[in-house]
Amino acid sequence: MADKPRIKLPKEAIKGEVIQIKTLVSHVMESGQRKDAQGKTIPRKIINKFACEFNGKPVFSCALEPAISANPYIQFDARVDEAGTFKFSWTDDDGTVIAAEEKISLKA
Amino acid sequence: MKAINRRQAFALGGGFVMLTLMPMAADAEVTNDAAKWIEKFTGGKQPAKGKISLDLPEIAENGNTVPLSINIESPMTAESYVKDVMIIADGNPNAGVATLSFTPLSGKAEASIRIRLAATQNVVAIAKMSDGALFTEQKTVKVTIGGCGG
Repeated sequence: MADKPRIKLPKEAIKGEVIQIKTLVSHVMESGQRKDAQGKTIPRKIINKFACEFNGKPVFSCALEPAISANPYIQFDARVDEAGTFKFSWTDDDGTVIAAEEKISLKA
Repeated sequence: MKAINRRQAFALGGGFVMLTLMPMAADAEVTNDAAKWIEKFTGGKQPAKGKISLDLPEIAENGNTVPLSINIESPMTAESYVKDVMIIADGNPNAGVATLSFTPLSGKAEASIRIRLAATQNVVAIAKMSDGALFTEQKTVKVTIGGCGG
């Protein structure tokens, strides 16, 4: 099983501020094109979808192909109009979903 | 290149590099489904130049992790924002790299990812705006060690 995803975002923001979010999840992202020492094709195993939502509303999502590097790093921005929770999910080919969430509050 | 350990890789040396790179170089010219990907995304419309700044290294020493940053000029309001951005590598075994989907909540149409490139090739980005307008940008990346999709 994959390690806990690493997510970096500020703890609080000014209303309307655009913050940067950095995410990284450990995953082999096996492309399905490599062969092992015996010449057998190593089966494909990649995360094909990443999504981020804030208080239930979609912020950013990403369809990933085998051309994404191992341990996919995704950086994007989000506008924060209210305090709430960011939910992140990474969907694997086999249907496994790695989920994480982070809270953010508004600066007084 | 986990399948081959360090010792094996050294033993095979240059021959190994040649063997893995050669078929990829050939692929770059033959198996190009890039046009198909673009056609599907644009619906046959011709994208205009501009609005996109695509940041990629000119020379990638390691094709396994090539940093890619993209920034698209847009107000990102409910009325006018960048919807989807498709990234294509025209010399990879599979041309598709990623499709980024933004919303007005993204605040900025900006993202960074790390990609694999099998050989020296063009990386193309096409952005679809909320009003359907299309923009494109491309960069050539020289790859010294092929990512080989793995």
